[in-house]
Amino acid sequence: MNFALSADQAMIRDAAQSFLADVSGSPAVRAAAANEAGFDAGVWRSIGSELGWCGLPLAEEHGGLGLGAVELVLVLEQMGRHLLCAPYFSTVCLAANLLAQIGNLQARRRFLLGIAEGKLCATAPLDSSIDDWSDAAVQLRAHRAGDAWVLSGLCPRLPDAVAADWLLFFAQVDGEQAPALFAVPRAAAGLKIETLQGWDATRRFSSATLKAVTLPSENRIDDPLQLEQGLPRAAALARLAIAAEQLGGAQQCLDLTVAYTATRRQFGRAIASFQAVKHRCAEMMVRIEAARSAVYGAAAVAAGKSSTDALVLECAAARILASDTYFFCAQEAIQLHGGVGFTWEYDPQLYFKRAQASSHWLGGADALRERIAQALIA
Amino acid sequence: MNLQPSPADETFRAEVAEWMRLHLRGRFDSLRHRGGPGDEEADPVLRKEWERELAAGSWTCIGWPREWGGRALSIEQQVIFHEEYARAGGPGRMGHIGEGLIGPTLIAYGSEAQKRRFLPGIVSGTEFWAQGYSEPNAGSDLANVQTKCWQDADGSWRVQGQKVWTSLAHESEWIFVLARSEPASKGRQGLSFLLLPLQQPGVRIQPIRQMGGGVEFNEVFFDGAVAAADHIVGKPGEGWKVAMGLLEFERGVSTLGQQMHFAYELDLVIKAAQAGGAAANPQIRQRLAQAWCGLRVMRYNALRMLSGSEGHGLKREALIYKYYWSNWHRDLGKLAMDVLGPAGDVISDDPRIRPLQQLFFFSRADTIYAGTNEIQLNLIAERGLDMPREPRPAATS
Repeated sequence: MNFALSADQAMIRDAAQSFLADVSGSPAVRAAAANEAGFDAGVWRSIGSELGWCGLPLAEEHGGLGLGAVELVLVLEQMGRHLLCAPYFSTVCLAANLLAQIGNLQARRRFLLGIAEGKLCATAPLDSSIDDWSDAAVQLRAHRAGDAWVLSGLCPRLPDAVAADWLLFFAQVDGEQAPALFAVPRAAAGLKIETLQGWDATRRFSSATLKAVTLPSENRIDDPLQLEQGLPRAAALARLAIAAEQLGGAQQCLDLTVAYTATRRQFGRAIASFQAVKHRCAEMMVRIEAARSAVYGAAAVAAGKSSTDALVLECAAARILASDTYFFCAQEAIQLHGGVGFTWEYDPQLYFKRAQASSHWLGGADALRERIAQALIA
Repeated sequence: MNLQPSPADETFRAEVAEWMRLHLRGRFDSLRHRGGPGDEEADPVLRKEWERELAAGSWTCIGWPREWGGRALSIEQQVIFHEEYARAGGPGRMGHIGEGLIGPTLIAYGSEAQKRRFLPGIVSGTEFWAQGYSEPNAGSDLANVQTKCWQDADGSWRVQGQKVWTSLAHESEWIFVLARSEPASKGRQGLSFLLLPLQQPGVRIQPIRQMGGGVEFNEVFFDGAVAAADHIVGKPGEGWKVAMGLLEFERGVSTLGQQMHFAYELDLVIKAAQAGGAAANPQIRQRLAQAWCGLRVMRYNALRMLSGSEGHGLKREALIYKYYWSNWHRDLGKLAMDVLGPAGDVISDDPRIRPLQQLFFFSRADTIYAGTNEIQLNLIAERGLDMPREPRPAATS
């Protein structure tokens, strides 16, 4: 048992940190958030084709690097810290994750190589019930028409849909318990995507309306035998990915605050020298390191052999800690920046909005605590 | 990062578990899960016998070097021992101050004669130790020690003053004391580190009754108490260095064992919630789940600490650990009492209730001893975040 990062893992983290510090500083984030796509296409190309991050967690047989959850978490932590605007999370942590966990062999062969090479951008719904993603299918139905599938209904929130080449939708199929997964090309007739103007502009959401979208048979991409274990595993891994981003965001809130309080002077001294300020920063660090332990621990569990139940609980704990910590730190960052903390110009507001928005993704902390309570109280 | 244990570690784990199963029974059965913090008065006579049982199985001082009676086990194996010990309900260790604090200090700073005199008694579970650091006016500000010491003509040391919060002084043979050997000195200068027998005319021990009714702490008064000439560790005036070195020896190997006990306590709280109906209360369910998350945090945080961390120098996970576990534990105590409801307000001997009441009261001390919450936050801000130090008068810095 060894909890230290390997040399390779530390290298991946350091590379991510230095690349993202270069391309995703505050002006870059603000510019990306203001453009129509919601991200910088050049940066996204570098990530996909030069850095190879899209293939990081994907199996080598599908063109990936075959690395595990630990490496992915280290990169995501830096992305969250720098508020990277790019369809990485939706493509790798949602779409590729779902394909890997519940996709049939044909679908995995069809999509994963393009994702690994950074050539294909995809997305999937971020709203799910804790274990089976069935909430995402409540308003979408699929039925057979000869060899084809016909999808109708609404997916109210989908990240980075504007950028995606492929959109994965869960839909209810008559006579089936679990939701089925369909791949829909963005240009499909009957698919209408409308961008939602979110307060958090660092991850762009859209609604998708489907009116009799007709798909060939092979566009139903789930393997029904994998659903029972695969759906909760995919949801847990996506939740861990969000937790890693949130951890990075929380860390940046603390770093910004420590830096600001060291330069801001009142009563003839840096406000960082007042115990009232120091203790609040220390409390932020306590919660961040606690969240870090939970996130890294869950990543180590995910990287090894684990039962689905254990993985669900570990990732739920990481997500609870990271989510609560992120909001706490964003709120403290505003308070400790004083007047400038609630201006548009200073960065705490960017993190504050992301912290609040991300608290809902794939189940909030209260719902996850109830899930854990069900496991504890047999 | 790798959470998979090696086959050798698994074998060792099985060996510890089997030994505990075979030995923590019969006359020792009543000690199961007893004698931890807040329960240190539990049957000290039998717990001293248990120390000798451990010694007979070579389970004391397992991390010490072989030449001093230890087994030089790896950090991993020490962790496994503490985990399995706690999982089996192994009682709070009467010998922990000797084994964990003064023993390693003597190995690092003691003379050959001191090692030969004192280490065997610790390994064999026949001599027990108390710690004499805190004083009425030297708590968080430990360097403000006022207890004095001086040498008689024959070279022996005399000690005059008062120590406080001394755990198990009434059950121990020896005490180590930080005292001021240079009369005009202040702060960290001019202190010496002495070893004294407790059973002597110049020592008076007075128990302190705690809010939960227990009396595991004491005040210890020294009135010309005697330490032998060669029972000073380090040179006169080097006491601070030795005392701080001692605090470094708590390397976290026992933290995973501590967590096993925490998990056992959470389990008691969950059982109480199921028995009393609180398990149906949504707020209680949220808090139980949050407590479980805290256990995961502590486990992985301890593994980060023990893995030596990636960075150099700054160990953020080690800096936060005491603050984190003590506040978690205090919250668990409150949760336990909220789960019990009015039944918790009645003094009880019910084994399903009494430990939770003790937890509620004693965990109030967790955020005070070994660095209060406030001192911990100062350390975190100053060492972890490089924020400016508290202004201190020059004389005590």
